[in-house]
Amino acid sequence: MEALFHVATFYVFAAFALAGAAISAFSRRLVYCVFALLLTFLGVAGLYVLLSADFLAAVQVLLYAGGILVLLIFGVMLTHEIADVSTEANFTDIKFGAVISGILWLLLVVYICKVPWAVLDPLPPYAPTTRAIGLQFLGDYLVPFEYSSFVLLLVVLGAATLARKEVD
Amino acid sequence: MNIEYIAGIIKAVTIPVMALNSIPLLVWMERRGSAFIQNRHGPNRANIGPITLFGLLHPFADAIKCVFKEPFRPTKAHPIFYPLAPALVVVPALLTLAVVPLADHIFLMGAEIPMSVAELEYGIVYMFAVSSISVLGITLAGWASNNKFSLMGGLRSTAQMISYELSLGLSIFGALLVYGSLNPNEIARLQGETFFGVIPAWGVLMQPLGFLLFLIAAFAEANRNPFDLPEGESELVAGYHTEYGGMKFSMFMMGEYVAMVTLSALTVTLFFGGWQVPWVTTEALQATVGQPLRVLCQFLAFAGKTLFFCWLFIWVRWTLPRFRYDQLMRLGWKVILPLSIVNVFVTALVLLGLGWMKGTL
Amino acid sequence: MLFDYLSVVVLLVLGLANIFGMMVLPKLLRPHNPTAQKLVAYECGENPIGTSWLQYNVRFFVVALVFIIFDMEIVFMFPWAVVFKEVYATSGPLPLIEMAFFIAVLAVGLIYLWVEGLLDWIRTIR
Repeated sequence: MEALFHVATFYVFAAFALAGAAISAFSRRLVYCVFALLLTFLGVAGLYVLLSADFLAAVQVLLYAGGILVLLIFGVMLTHEIADVSTEANFTDIKFGAVISGILWLLLVVYICKVPWAVLDPLPPYAPTTRAIGLQFLGDYLVPFEYSSFVLLLVVLGAATLARKEVD
Repeated sequence: MNIEYIAGIIKAVTIPVMALNSIPLLVWMERRGSAFIQNRHGPNRANIGPITLFGLLHPFADAIKCVFKEPFRPTKAHPIFYPLAPALVVVPALLTLAVVPLADHIFLMGAEIPMSVAELEYGIVYMFAVSSISVLGITLAGWASNNKFSLMGGLRSTAQMISYELSLGLSIFGALLVYGSLNPNEIARLQGETFFGVIPAWGVLMQPLGFLLFLIAAFAEANRNPFDLPEGESELVAGYHTEYGGMKFSMFMMGEYVAMVTLSALTVTLFFGGWQVPWVTTEALQATVGQPLRVLCQFLAFAGKTLFFCWLFIWVRWTLPRFRYDQLMRLGWKVILPLSIVNVFVTALVLLGLGWMKGTL
Repeated sequence: MLFDYLSVVVLLVLGLANIFGMMVLPKLLRPHNPTAQKLVAYECGENPIGTSWLQYNVRFFVVALVFIIFDMEIVFMFPWAVVFKEVYATSGPLPLIEMAFFIAVLAVGLIYLWVEGLLDWIRTIR
């Protein structure tokens, strides 16, 4: 019963994520594309919860739905005459695109088949992860953790460059 | 059926109902408060014969009016996002309430049941995460109305809310360092001790600066005066909800008031002991008066403290004038943000010093 | 524990039902009599000129950009704050030094933005 419920929830969240992604990929209206991402982000957060990555789920909502999406919306709203903007690309060679995405798909399938997926049966008990992540930050992953601050600093500099362009 | 499941469903139904029913009370408090503070008339019209109940009938009259008011969608507004925006404001506001503990755990038929809808180990992060979604609703409302005032209000509000979300997040780290937990119930429980046996060890005494910064950021986050520039009725008509009327407008109001309750509850949980009745621990209280009365006492303590902070929101709104937008941004980015970072460091250093004095290092 | 999330989902469903109840059901009670004048956007009684979906100041975009960077920092700090006491009790001031370094790097970014005047809302055009 529990396992069935688990599987059913997985499919619901996966459907949400995929539906959002599909809308944002296929919609011609930029605003719909961006807002469909909300569905995707929330669906992925749900999947994280099912994988017992609770902290990551909250971070997903906090950063993606609350941060990146706002940024994207601001970006979309900045585009001129937003109601009429069509997202059709200039470059529309279907054959070329099909080959590229076919290769990508093939690679993914090959690797998905190659990885020895460990099937956990029964499911391990759910455990909070925040503490474990903190200990990892202060232990094994100290260098990547500090390194990430440098990456963020570079982003600050990039943002500054963008902002200065506006003044000039 | 498992007792936990039944309790879970009861909690999931009662807690939002309680929150939504506190809105008429808050609206009433707001009107009476404005009358007291600014020497206005206050609610004095709604009546059933000679009964006016100090203006308490006004919120009910409002509710009836909203139900019967004609819904409309401006011709130029976006057909999908215009009605969607109020929903995106209300639902996250209700969801954030899920992790607020109303009392300590209760023991019922051998099961330990938390007195919040969901007790999550990282509840504080959950609250921040879910409340950040309502920013989207406000941006969307401003944009979808296709009105210049709405657009300005929505943009201002979004920029303000995300700026102060940073300060809100950073200002609690001092408290989190002291407690070492993200679980709201755990945090409330840790504030049950006393200093020297007389002063309750509430977060506000350990983190006075953190509390002040948090409170200021909370006012800005709730879009309340003195930070109510998004609405700024003297310049923007009504900001992002200019084009909304009837039920849709009242949904924005509900979102605002529920956010106010949530932020007050968060303030109480982090800095004022949550459900702690001063000087009495859960165990002592339970031993004296029994479980049902213990829960009632703790709930009343929590509700009283939360109501006080709701009143503070109202008090400040009718006392202070509004900021200018550049002053608001300067306060957020140049005063509160650096001060909260400094606060984290000072707290960490003090904790380190205390540890060193105790000889743990 | 997963059960707690079920409660959250129940709450979500109730919230949506509440929205539905407020927006759709009272339609039976409400009048519906739209006129062209009623549905014009309210811009102080004037007829609105053009669309409102205009380009606006890029400054708002920059605020959002900087927000994400510091939001990321906050996210990194949550796990650290939880284990801070635990770790310094066992391995000394390491967590403080580490986070000091982390924040110092980001503070450099904040100071840079400040000195460059990009945190000012009112800017002089140079």
